[in-house]
Amino acid sequence: MSAPNKSYDPVEVEAVKPDEVARHRADALAAIAAAASLDELHQVKIAVTGDRAPLALANREIGALPPAARAEAGKRIGEARGAVKTALAQRQSELETERDARVLVEEAVDVTLPWDRAPRGARHPLTTIQERIADIFVAMGYQVVDGPEVEAEWYNFDALNFPPDHPVRDLQDTFFVAGRDAGQGQDPAGTGSGMVLRTHTSPVQARTLLAQGAPVYVVSPGRTYRTDELDATHTPVFSQIEGLAVDEGLTMADLKGTLDHWATAMFGDGVVTRLRPHFFPFTEPSAEVDLQCFVCKGASVGDPDNPCRTCGSEGWIEWGGCGIVNPRVLIACGVDPERYSGFAFGMGVERTLMFLNNVQDMRDMIEGDVRFTLPFGMEI
Amino acid sequence: MRVPYSWLRDYVALPDGTTAFAVADKLTQTGGGKLETIERVGEGLSGPLVVGKVAAIEELTGFKKPIRHCQVVVTAAADGPGSAADPQLIVCGARNFAVGDHVVVALPGAVLPGDFKIAARKTYSRDSNGMICSARELGLGEDHDGIIVLPADSPVGADAIAYLGLDDEVIEFEVTPDRGYTLSLRGIAREAATAFDVPFQDPAGIQTPEADDSGYPVRVEDPAGCDVFVARTVTGIDPRALSPLWMQRRLQMSGMRPISLIVDIANYVMLELGQPIHTYDRQRLSGPIVVRRARAGEVLETLDGGERRLDPADLLITDDSGPIGLAGVMGGASTEIHDGSTEVVVEAAHFQATSIAKTVRRHKLPSEAAKRFERDADPGAAAAAAQRVVDLLVELAGGTAEPGVTVIGAVTRPAALTIPWTYPGRVAGVDYTREEVERRLHQVGCDLEAAGDDDLVVTPPSWRADLRDPNDLAEEVIRLEGFDRLPSTLPKATAGTGYTHAQRIRRRVGTALASAGYVEVLAYPFLGQADLDALGLPENDPRRITVPLANPISEEQPSMRTTLLPGLLAALRRNVGRGTADLALFEQGLVFHPRKDAAPVAPRLTVERRPTDEELASLDAALPRQPRRVAVVLSGLREPAGWWGPGRPAGWQDAIQAARIIADACRVELEISQDQHEPWHPGRCARLAVNGRLVGHAGELHPRVVAELGLPPRTAAMELELDRMIPAEEVLTQAPGISSMPVATQDVALVVDAAVPEHDVEAALREGAGALLESVRLFDVYTGERIGEGRKSLAFALRFRAPDRTLTAEEASQARDSAVELAASRTGAVLRS
Repeated sequence: MSAPNKSYDPVEVEAVKPDEVARHRADALAAIAAAASLDELHQVKIAVTGDRAPLALANREIGALPPAARAEAGKRIGEARGAVKTALAQRQSELETERDARVLVEEAVDVTLPWDRAPRGARHPLTTIQERIADIFVAMGYQVVDGPEVEAEWYNFDALNFPPDHPVRDLQDTFFVAGRDAGQGQDPAGTGSGMVLRTHTSPVQARTLLAQGAPVYVVSPGRTYRTDELDATHTPVFSQIEGLAVDEGLTMADLKGTLDHWATAMFGDGVVTRLRPHFFPFTEPSAEVDLQCFVCKGASVGDPDNPCRTCGSEGWIEWGGCGIVNPRVLIACGVDPERYSGFAFGMGVERTLMFLNNVQDMRDMIEGDVRFTLPFGMEI
Repeated sequence: MRVPYSWLRDYVALPDGTTAFAVADKLTQTGGGKLETIERVGEGLSGPLVVGKVAAIEELTGFKKPIRHCQVVVTAAADGPGSAADPQLIVCGARNFAVGDHVVVALPGAVLPGDFKIAARKTYSRDSNGMICSARELGLGEDHDGIIVLPADSPVGADAIAYLGLDDEVIEFEVTPDRGYTLSLRGIAREAATAFDVPFQDPAGIQTPEADDSGYPVRVEDPAGCDVFVARTVTGIDPRALSPLWMQRRLQMSGMRPISLIVDIANYVMLELGQPIHTYDRQRLSGPIVVRRARAGEVLETLDGGERRLDPADLLITDDSGPIGLAGVMGGASTEIHDGSTEVVVEAAHFQATSIAKTVRRHKLPSEAAKRFERDADPGAAAAAAQRVVDLLVELAGGTAEPGVTVIGAVTRPAALTIPWTYPGRVAGVDYTREEVERRLHQVGCDLEAAGDDDLVVTPPSWRADLRDPNDLAEEVIRLEGFDRLPSTLPKATAGTGYTHAQRIRRRVGTALASAGYVEVLAYPFLGQADLDALGLPENDPRRITVPLANPISEEQPSMRTTLLPGLLAALRRNVGRGTADLALFEQGLVFHPRKDAAPVAPRLTVERRPTDEELASLDAALPRQPRRVAVVLSGLREPAGWWGPGRPAGWQDAIQAARIIADACRVELEISQDQHEPWHPGRCARLAVNGRLVGHAGELHPRVVAELGLPPRTAAMELELDRMIPAEEVLTQAPGISSMPVATQDVALVVDAAVPEHDVEAALREGAGALLESVRLFDVYTGERIGEGRKSLAFALRFRAPDRTLTAEEASQARDSAVELAASRTGAVLRS
């Protein structure tokens, strides 16, 4: 700012006259309003607020006025300059908004474009369904245990009360590990190694009892083998999940309650199980487990207009086997059958997956086609 | 077990209107037999089908084959002298009948199986108002040699569907190995009677004569193998006598082929009572029948024509000529019944189940008889069964029963069991009353005796050798009271501790790989020589030492896998073949390695007690090692091309990265170094180690392997032993202290020999930089003229930070300089100028 003018010149203070100030003010406001772009506004801003702007010049001349007039002139010019400043800010904001709107529209993209640059993966549903089942039992306090897939015949059969040379052994078409003397005099069939590919997860029962004794609550999911030909509903390599509870005073009612709980946890409220008498050497009494159809809940039975694909309108689905642990198994495993009783159950995992997720062909589960597995994602 | 429903009803007074399905369903519920199928016989058959009598035959000639134009009386009223109102004119091409024979006539309007509609028509220029039927046309069997000639006493005009039992159902039951007694009409009928609570007419409940010593001489030298032997003799049999239609029909429906009257009677009685019967032509027997074990070198020609080299453990039926039968399994050819047999010795014996089972397996010779003996046939049925055969031979074959009755041995019942009467309820979790328990055990056939207030002494019947333990008795009560009586109660399990850390890690590894874009495969764990050859494994590679199977699914893959790669690569190829090119697959599973110095045979331990720890250890020592591995394979693009630009091919880097992902999931530090190992590319193979211990390999596959297996070029793979990655103890992450002071960044570019691993340079920088270093990151690798051949430039970003103060530029530079200094001395690195 220039120094105050001590000796003023009336001619020179023309600019401070009220009319002139009003005119400058009006001119400035008009120029601001007329600015069509931020660049123009910038030029206007320099013109109306810069050092050479009329109002700035007028301001400088206040000092030239007689002292009595200064206050009024100062006020007038100050007001004018304030109005210009406000108008500038307002116009600036208007123009910025306009510009933003325009630019952001120009920057718009197609948000539906794919961006699958990271390939998707998935876990096999047979793995995740076993985990889900295990989770249900772990939540009940069970432990998860494993066993070998190449198993001693003693564990797979003898300890489970399959007598040697008994037709029950034929029920399970067994892969035998070739003995060292396979094909020779003592072992013409080559099955004399005493080792098999386990035909069920039940040997884990024996292993668990021998290792842990009673009481014990365990489940054991895993791979099992039988010499079936591969087709839509059979595979020589399949999976089971085994459950075993041995404690004081366990009953078939406890077995049924456990299966009911599992069925509900897995298939939804109100789904129940049905037991049918059956035979397994390692349980007595033994039963097969049917699961009430979790889709139609039995409503499709006798209702040809509303057939159920899941249960074939039978209302029940065959699920697995179960029973009270045969006391002979407890004895072979060193558990006192006078004190302890227990129950065991085993379900086919492929079968469970087939009806839970509507898998039509068992081969799909073993071929490893990624188109089958990907939709299952990380969990089932 | 196939059960014709009409036959079953002979022994059970089922309520009127009870359907075959209702019976089968009920037995499925009570465990009497599990319904497999119900087959409706006479399916697609509808009348009018009547018994007719041939009144006249006119032979027609001049056609390709001789044709008969017959008059057949088809109403009862017309079947009398002088009545000719009725005869139907029917053209017939068969010739096995004469005037006066009774035949089956399908009249116009009838429909025969196969939607064969019968109508009046003109054929061979004659009127034909129906058809005279053969067995095959009625779905009665395969016999099409001629029409059926019915017995003379068949009622003319009667509905032939009912007369022949053409409208019937056959229930097929699955029979479990413990319930041998249900391999008979008798056993199924008993179960049905119990299930419906109606009277049971026991077909074995017939009078049998006392034994004497005038019957056919029999000597049992092995009473353990044969505890009961009944022999009866019937003479004067008419060799031309045929099996009656009803018997043929029942045999057929039961799945057996009618053969001859004597054989059919034996089979019929076996089906009825569950007691296998053998019949000998008496004139072909020489000397007494002797039951004994085989002698070394003996040979028997069985009646299927097979020559059997006998084992000393085989139980035999012999006479003076030597072996004449494999006891309980199959008879011999030399004493077989033949077309002209007129004298028969009937054998109804009981053989020890395991002896029979072993012989069946040894000779691979299953038979209907053996099936029953293996499952503990009823020794108490032998005498009645022999009597039934005798009666039927007398009745149907005109034979004469000789008075002599040979009975060796005595019927023993299973040992009595003492149980508290509350025991079944304790097993079930149901409060059965004492009356309920006793009633059910009675129905099964047990004899009961009270012992004190609480106990029952239970003697099972002779046909229930499977009732050996208290739990067997409990099962009988529980199943007959109905499994639907069981309440649903949830036991309180002992408090658990969740998954073990190894189990959690295995799950984490799977999730981590899937999150990184890998798809899990579960391949069959079999492989063969060709698979190992294709991988180019050297002769002495341990992966070539496999666990072989005696009966593999495929001869190409007779062994258990020692590596996951063949299965994964096969899945990869299958996917490529089906049009998916960009693949990243993984598998987690066991591999199998025979143990060095393992015993050749896993012992068969006792089951009478807990084996000792040493005995159990000997079992596990015989089993192969079965460690868990993880493997990945990749081909095509790891990151796809798209509108954003080109994709990125999968390569060795991804395979090695997969190992790092797994190591992270296991919380172990992976040590990676250059290696050469089949089946990997010798220049692109990483050795993977943890704490200096080898865990696996990763990289690009050898081009020869890729070519050999027809894989996409540059297929990459990783395989490691997960069990070696899982620390024995859970590793807890130590939370780092987080400094809020500003970071100081220094970049360095170091030139080293091209052969120097980046890892070594980075490790030296890390160590040399000291405590202030926060991170090192390689951000560029350069090779080219500017730094000279055989050299590479590695550019690193180093970040420094102090926990308590802002670092000065001098401090950061100093730390960088000492990092570079150590890298220089360790790796010959030179700062790039």
